[in-house]
Amino acid sequence: FYLTPPQVNSILKANEYSFKVPEFDGKNVSSVLGFDSNQLPANAPIEDRRSAATCLQTRGMLLGVFDGHAGCACAQAVSERLFYYIAVSLLPHETLLEIENAVESGRALLPILQWHKHPNDYFSKEASKLYFNSLRTYWQELIDLNSGETTDVREALINAFKRLDNDISLEAQVGDPNSFLNYLVLRVAFSGATACVAHVDGVDLHVANTGDSRAMLGVQEEDGSWSAVNLSYDHNAQNEHEVERVKMEHPKSEEKSLVKQDRLLGLLMPFRAFGDVKFKWSIELQKRVIESGPDQLNDNEYTKFIPPNYHSPPYLTAEPEVIHHKLRPQDKFLVLATDGLWETMHRQDVARIVGEYLTGVHHQQPIAVGGYKVTLGQMHGLLTERRARISSVFEDQNAATHLIRHAVGNNEFGTVDHERLSKMLSLPEELARMYRDDITIIVVQFNSHVIGAYH
Amino acid sequence: AAGMFLRLLSDIQWRAAHPKWRRMTSSQRSTSTTAEPHPVSLPAQAQVVICGGGIMGTSVAYHLSKMGWKDIVLLEQGRLAAGTTRFCAGIVSTARPVSIERKMAHYSNKLYQQLEQETGVQTGYTKTGSISLAQTQDRLISLKRIASSLNVMGIPCEIISPKKVVQLHPLINIHDLVGAMYVPEDALVSSANVSLALATAASRNGVQIHERTSVSHVTVQKGRVTGVETDRGRIQCEYFVNCAGQWAYELGHSGEEPVHIPLHACEHFYLLTHPLKEPLSSSLPTVVDPDGRIYIRNWQGGILSGGFEKNPKPLFTEGRNQLEIQTLQEDWDHFGPLLGALLRRMPGLEALQIMQLVNCPESFTPDMRCIMGESPTARGYFVLAGMNSAGISYGGGAGKYLAEWMVNGYPSENVWSLDLKRFGTLQSSRTFLRHRVMEVMPLMCDLKVPRWDFQTGRQLRTSPLYDRLDAQGARWMEKHGFERVKYFVPPGKDLLDLDHSKTFYKPDWFDIVGSEVKCCKEAVCVIDMSSFTKFEISSTGDQALESLQYLFSNDLDVPVGHVVHTGMLNEKGGYENDCSIARLSKRSFFMISPTDQQVHCWAWLKKHLPDDSNLVMEDVTWKYTALNLIGPRAVDVLSELSYAPMTAEHFPSLFCKEMSVGYANGIRVMSITHTGEPGFVLYIPIEYALHVYNEVMNMGQKYGIRNAGYYALRSLRIEKFFAFWGQDLDAFTTPMECGREFQVKLEKGMQFVGQEALLEQKQNGVYKRFTMFILEDHDTDMDLWPWWGEPIFRNGRYVGKTTSSAYSYTLERHVCLGFVHHFDEKTGEELVVTTDFINQGEYEIDIAGQRFQAKAKLYPFSSLFTQRRRKDEVELSGYQRE
Repeated sequence: FYLTPPQVNSILKANEYSFKVPEFDGKNVSSVLGFDSNQLPANAPIEDRRSAATCLQTRGMLLGVFDGHAGCACAQAVSERLFYYIAVSLLPHETLLEIENAVESGRALLPILQWHKHPNDYFSKEASKLYFNSLRTYWQELIDLNSGETTDVREALINAFKRLDNDISLEAQVGDPNSFLNYLVLRVAFSGATACVAHVDGVDLHVANTGDSRAMLGVQEEDGSWSAVNLSYDHNAQNEHEVERVKMEHPKSEEKSLVKQDRLLGLLMPFRAFGDVKFKWSIELQKRVIESGPDQLNDNEYTKFIPPNYHSPPYLTAEPEVIHHKLRPQDKFLVLATDGLWETMHRQDVARIVGEYLTGVHHQQPIAVGGYKVTLGQMHGLLTERRARISSVFEDQNAATHLIRHAVGNNEFGTVDHERLSKMLSLPEELARMYRDDITIIVVQFNSHVIGAYH
Repeated sequence: AAGMFLRLLSDIQWRAAHPKWRRMTSSQRSTSTTAEPHPVSLPAQAQVVICGGGIMGTSVAYHLSKMGWKDIVLLEQGRLAAGTTRFCAGIVSTARPVSIERKMAHYSNKLYQQLEQETGVQTGYTKTGSISLAQTQDRLISLKRIASSLNVMGIPCEIISPKKVVQLHPLINIHDLVGAMYVPEDALVSSANVSLALATAASRNGVQIHERTSVSHVTVQKGRVTGVETDRGRIQCEYFVNCAGQWAYELGHSGEEPVHIPLHACEHFYLLTHPLKEPLSSSLPTVVDPDGRIYIRNWQGGILSGGFEKNPKPLFTEGRNQLEIQTLQEDWDHFGPLLGALLRRMPGLEALQIMQLVNCPESFTPDMRCIMGESPTARGYFVLAGMNSAGISYGGGAGKYLAEWMVNGYPSENVWSLDLKRFGTLQSSRTFLRHRVMEVMPLMCDLKVPRWDFQTGRQLRTSPLYDRLDAQGARWMEKHGFERVKYFVPPGKDLLDLDHSKTFYKPDWFDIVGSEVKCCKEAVCVIDMSSFTKFEISSTGDQALESLQYLFSNDLDVPVGHVVHTGMLNEKGGYENDCSIARLSKRSFFMISPTDQQVHCWAWLKKHLPDDSNLVMEDVTWKYTALNLIGPRAVDVLSELSYAPMTAEHFPSLFCKEMSVGYANGIRVMSITHTGEPGFVLYIPIEYALHVYNEVMNMGQKYGIRNAGYYALRSLRIEKFFAFWGQDLDAFTTPMECGREFQVKLEKGMQFVGQEALLEQKQNGVYKRFTMFILEDHDTDMDLWPWWGEPIFRNGRYVGKTTSSAYSYTLERHVCLGFVHHFDEKTGEELVVTTDFINQGEYEIDIAGQRFQAKAKLYPFSSLFTQRRRKDEVELSGYQRE
């Protein structure tokens, strides 16, 4: 069984999405030029999610990737809801009041977010009312709490993450009279998701990460080469600090059973996550909710299963680690990706591949004759070669697609091997997950001119 | 030499009093802060302030001062000739597609040639000649058309074979060439030095030149320029001339009352090389290879080569931008295709060493023509800018025309195609300009065939019927931003795509338009003519009538409900506008003018109408949709729809009445068609447009109604010898010269503008005569089609040019319209053109060098007017009774 190049392309490009920040009068004044994103499923259905939106009541752009486990319900909910929580956390008191008053008097709401969605990125209509009510409760509390201080982005991100996870937990405990919704909130709470979210406003880049997705900055050195700067820490067994943190939070008696086979309680790869109430609730609470819950939940062996050595919950938190970075002109792009990418590619290669792809498109390394002795013929040869290189890159119009092509199709020499690509993409559903994970990538491109003007 | 003169640029102020230029502030020369004290303060007032010390500004100063205006101040923000002018490639070429541009370039060439002698400043003028290459037959045709026009101007020019090309320039690879055009008198100059020479002469004539002085804005009061604010204080002035080049748009927008100057800069690249081993001769001709998009000239023993790429890089969209100015650097990847074309053309240059890739922005305009003239809103505010990278070629001529305009009220040539007033605010959107110039710059090299159209900046102004017509197969062209139908492609029929339909021969729509014309002749057609400019002029008393009687040559004191065709003439009797005016009531008039008159006509009327609050003028163009029902059955359709008798007895020709059509009331119906065919134009308030259109189409079905477009209209009007303003008529044409005496009422009992000139012509005769030519031995299928601008020969001698042409489906012949002059055989002096002179000649029309016999007629074929409507006054008749 063999896929032709057009077939490969149609699979790779099925979920690709690009957004260019609109140019006002021919000039884009945002520090973000735009972004490319894409997903390649291994699970059926895919458990990864992605989100991107522009904040309308404050400045800045939000981008995030979410890796679900034990189903996609939690990742889906987080992809729909988290940015609203962040946006609300960032809003000044007056705007919150204005919004609350509008809701109260039935007037039209100020739009909070401008979403940039691929047609396959759906929002669940059924739960919107429920989600909205929880969000409203949140901003009402923010209004009551009015600290009078300007909102710090780091704090806003942390609060939003924690609050959403709390709401997910509460909604599952309270339940819903509508049986569909009742089952939905339980599925959300009993499944889990990691989140890696970037907030870009001018030169201020914040990355909030919970779990083992990763944010990486692509930096162009003075000699034109590419290097990678990590903007998140993985929350898993490979991260000593994280293992240390978990151990600190629990009695010494549990030290041995906390992390087994590189997994939390021997079960969970990420050490931080949304949902996953099985790692957060007390055993009593879990039992009560499951018993009173719908039959489907009761029949599910996984949900009923209580982790071994479960003595001092919670074992898991959704609290993110936030890294702040001031963008510099040499910071050309940001890659957010779920672990499916990082398992197959080293970040240094990611930086190089994306960097070369983007410069190919934009000729960011201009040739200058300067004082050198160059003949017309030599220059012509050089330019012809450069053009040929660019046209091969042009097969992909999307940096994320280009990266996926490499991640899946790279041979031992680091170049895309069509045969390998074809094989990997034609694996039957049940086998695919053995060879690769879901991959979700967002590549954000920065506007060096604008960033340069800040400095 | 260039270096020395550039160094001399550091003089901050020049004075004629000093016989030699003196560095007046050598100590401050190196600092460039604006805070430094300027040695010579600005005058508090001047008659004229010119902004911009490039080729345009210095040329205007030079010509104004030559014409006797002395109180002139020229301000330059940096140093003279240091902007685009300095980087200009310095090619002076008369090989231009448009007549007025050829004239400007021809004059520039003559001016520059003697400039060194006049001023003592070395200009680097070298007569090298130029060779324009053709890689395709179509390109050769377009060169032949230019060659025909150059020859009749007395500019030597020949079409040469590829072999001859090699003799003229040994480096050229001729394998892919089909021919070329050689213009031996084209020249090279150092543009900066030409500019300096002009400045020197102007300065000697008393013009004050101040460098490092920037204009912040121009003040306007009561519609007149009053002064200029600069970073060094204010200068009161009567006239301001904006020669700010690529900054002209921004400067125009800096004042309270914006002056819209639609131009936009694009990066432009050219290459400089070191000398060849055997340095190139400085007399080697300049090579233009439009199919390769490049030009190549000799430069200091090496070459200078640039071009107009397909994917230009517009810049400064947001105005002056330091960031962009700093990033103006060599972009080799961008230049790559042009370098490829250069090496294909001159493979021997492979080993030539690169010196520099120069990036010098050039400004481009929405229609590829430069911009000159007076602002329609601020009197005394003149503009000369937007040279579309031909500044040095046009500089001399353009400066002369503008100076004449300022001194005499109008240039000595018709410059309507360059007039600022051909544009309105609608071409001033930055987005529009950015997109349009990206099309315009490559067009500099693209092959331009008859009836080509811009593709960008479209669908800006549309009729409410646009979607309906589009769905029925309409193909569109654009005039003044308005979409107009060319013709309708019937269902199931496919035309060639845009690129493949380009031809100088019979076009693919020939049969389609033929059937539309046939329908106009035999049944009835609908043409959407909403783009026409429509004004309403009304007053409380007789002011409207009195003013219009003064401004228009025909008698407008007609009974209410009559329509009058009349010219709006200037003092010389020339057409400033040609329009139809309906008298709606005793005190109000409805005026219909050509589409591109919207700004010009408005400005003319504003300038000439008395400042009287009881006299109101309104532009109602946007309020009405105009449907032209053409054909013998139009009367049946309309009478069925209105339940009103529409026959000639009840609704004579040139009549206007408000009536109901279908459910809609208040439709202004006029019995004119702009074609000479019977029919009506319906002026419909736009909200009724769709309804009336639907009613007309439904009712018209049984009469065989169909949609038609402007191509059918043009064929109809040209075969009936109808002149159109902007195409055939201009400010230098009087009604007497185009057989329209019947539209002039010299004895209407009051004075009108142009009356004296017309009286004189009536007595002494005219010096040119609008004539219709029927091509005799022209094979429509096989021969090149005429377009316009073809030379006319009488008894083998050049007598004038055509102004429009069309295939007449009725005569089954091509018809050209044009003007015949009578040049004295010995002196070349213009003589009176008599009817006998016209009738007693053997005529030929030169289409791209091939001459076709033509029959001249001063009157249209009366057989073409099928249905005489009003006995005494057929629309546009009068000829028959002469």
